Amino acid sequence: MEFGPNLMANYGEAVSMILFAIGFTNLLLQKNLIKKIIGLNIMDTATYLFLALKGYIQGRTAPIVVNGVQEVEAYINPIPAGLVLTGIVVSVSVSALMLSLTIRLYRRYHTLDLDEISTLLKKEEN
Amino acid sequence: MDFVQNIPFFSILLSLFSGTVTSMLNGKWAKRVNAFVIAFIGVMSAVLLSYLLRTKESYTFMMGHFPAPWGNEIRAGVLEALMALFFCVIMLLSLIGGRAHLEEEIAPGKQNLYYILINLLLSSLLALIYTNDLFTAYVFVEINTISACGLIMIRQNGHTFEAAIRYMIMSLLGSGLLLLGICILYDCTGHLLMSNIKSAVTVMSIMGQYHVPLVVAIAFICVGLAIKSALFPFHAWLPNAYGYSTASSAAILSSLVSKGYIFLLIKICYRVIGWQVILDSKVIHILFLFGLCGMIMGSLSAIQENDIRRMIAFSSIAQIGYIYMGIGLGTFEGMTASVYHILSHGATKSLLFIAAVGLTDVSGKSKKFIDLTGAAYRNKFAGIAFTVGSLSMVGVPGFSGFISKLLFGTACVQNTPYKMLPTLICLGISTILNAIYFMKTVIRIYTPIKSSYDKMPVKKTFGYVGALVCFVILNIVLGMCSTPIVSMIQTGLKMFS
Repeated sequence: MEFGPNLMANYGEAVSMILFAIGFTNLLLQKNLIKKIIGLNIMDTATYLFLALKGYIQGRTAPIVVNGVQEVEAYINPIPAGLVLTGIVVSVSVSALMLSLTIRLYRRYHTLDLDEISTLLKKEEN
Repeated sequence: MDFVQNIPFFSILLSLFSGTVTSMLNGKWAKRVNAFVIAFIGVMSAVLLSYLLRTKESYTFMMGHFPAPWGNEIRAGVLEALMALFFCVIMLLSLIGGRAHLEEEIAPGKQNLYYILINLLLSSLLALIYTNDLFTAYVFVEINTISACGLIMIRQNGHTFEAAIRYMIMSLLGSGLLLLGICILYDCTGHLLMSNIKSAVTVMSIMGQYHVPLVVAIAFICVGLAIKSALFPFHAWLPNAYGYSTASSAAILSSLVSKGYIFLLIKICYRVIGWQVILDSKVIHILFLFGLCGMIMGSLSAIQENDIRRMIAFSSIAQIGYIYMGIGLGTFEGMTASVYHILSHGATKSLLFIAAVGLTDVSGKSKKFIDLTGAAYRNKFAGIAFTVGSLSMVGVPGFSGFISKLLFGTACVQNTPYKMLPTLICLGISTILNAIYFMKTVIRIYTPIKSSYDKMPVKKTFGYVGALVCFVILNIVLGMCSTPIVSMIQTGLKMFS
């Protein structure tokens, strides 16, 4: 397997994977809840970038019929675009839920640090 | 096409629609509509199951007007109908059992919201069970996560908010991996329908194309779903989520939500990627290893626990480990045992959660073991039910847990020695550990002591006792009449491939 040319041809996919990894690590390891949510959004957006790249075909246009051109060869694959739209809807609702939970926790404990919240909870219990 | 074949689509839609209706009703009517809808879907699933057992064939149902490679599809077989029926029964019983607590722990005026979440959860579970389209499965996985998070935080205190946000974080990591895996699979094959992906993957694996992306996609999907169903190293969110949420939520989360993801994983293994390709990719060995670790570590944590609800939650981790161990054995028998354990654990764990809440009620709402001493004398029904659940978990003959342990045992004896020995050893150790912490609890609740706490008030417990009795009967039926159920599971699994 030739590594170099493959990587050059698919540099967009490589970028999206790196972005996914950045988002994933942020969501997993950051202590600050807002930074976690930013990580979540980077992770989701990286997946959409990957999908959009995979659906794109060089030299073709967006799959909207204009001037009566109806050949399949004129347009790019519309399904990844549909998937990205669905994914964005899911991502927005999940982010909204996470943000509202963060607001609830902040009002109660006046901090955004998840570990600190856990310590405060343990203190509260005893 | 027979009229009965509309049932899967109709039950998903009915559940979604009743969510909209309950949002406009007050708490009491929402409760009634919700119970009726769940019972109705359960009855319909039973009808579908008997129809499928008669015809002995699975079928696909076209959604919309576009045929196979383009449109969306639903597929129903024996296993799907059995799961749908089982999920409805457990959900209904858990709701009835925890009803008194729902009224107490949810802020007044917000009770209909709980039933909306339940409806949403049921429809997403049914969609996960029935769907034949991978991206639809992803969307409903997310809906499932959101409604499960709502179920945790509906009882509003600091603990549940923290548990909910930890649950969301882990779940989102899992669904991110799942989405990426699905995208890679779509890019390699060009399809989203399960059957089309499978034929493309089979061709790819014969031609030797795209070997690395395929393995990466399988790994992402498996790890993603494992995170979501709390396999051992990813279980940190689980004890608080099950320990502090209201009783019905805990029962539903442990016996339905995580099982829905495992069922999706089994479905993906058989229907999307193909069992042979999964075996060649060697990913299941990792699941096997983590399953074994989970069986031991979950039980060890449960022994150290001083809180009855959290102890039951840790025991869930051990049982999830059993299920993944069965999948990881890589044989048909192992898979049968895993699916049976999904049923058996679902019936037992929800019984334990509902019984435990009865015991804590007569101990001044304290979940600590020291306060629970003699609780079985103060609430006799909960005591008996908890004992039945414990015996079933430990694997005493006559209860459902025994059959699943027997099936796991036979499955691993038929396997290669490399997997047989560790499995048998872990099965033995885990059973002993199970016995230690469950029998410890049973002995404690049956220790006679002069207590300052009151006995269970007789009024308003009819539903609770009824639910417990139904759970106990379900457990004994699963334990005594396992042959038809196991043969149903085997027919269903054969229909998958």
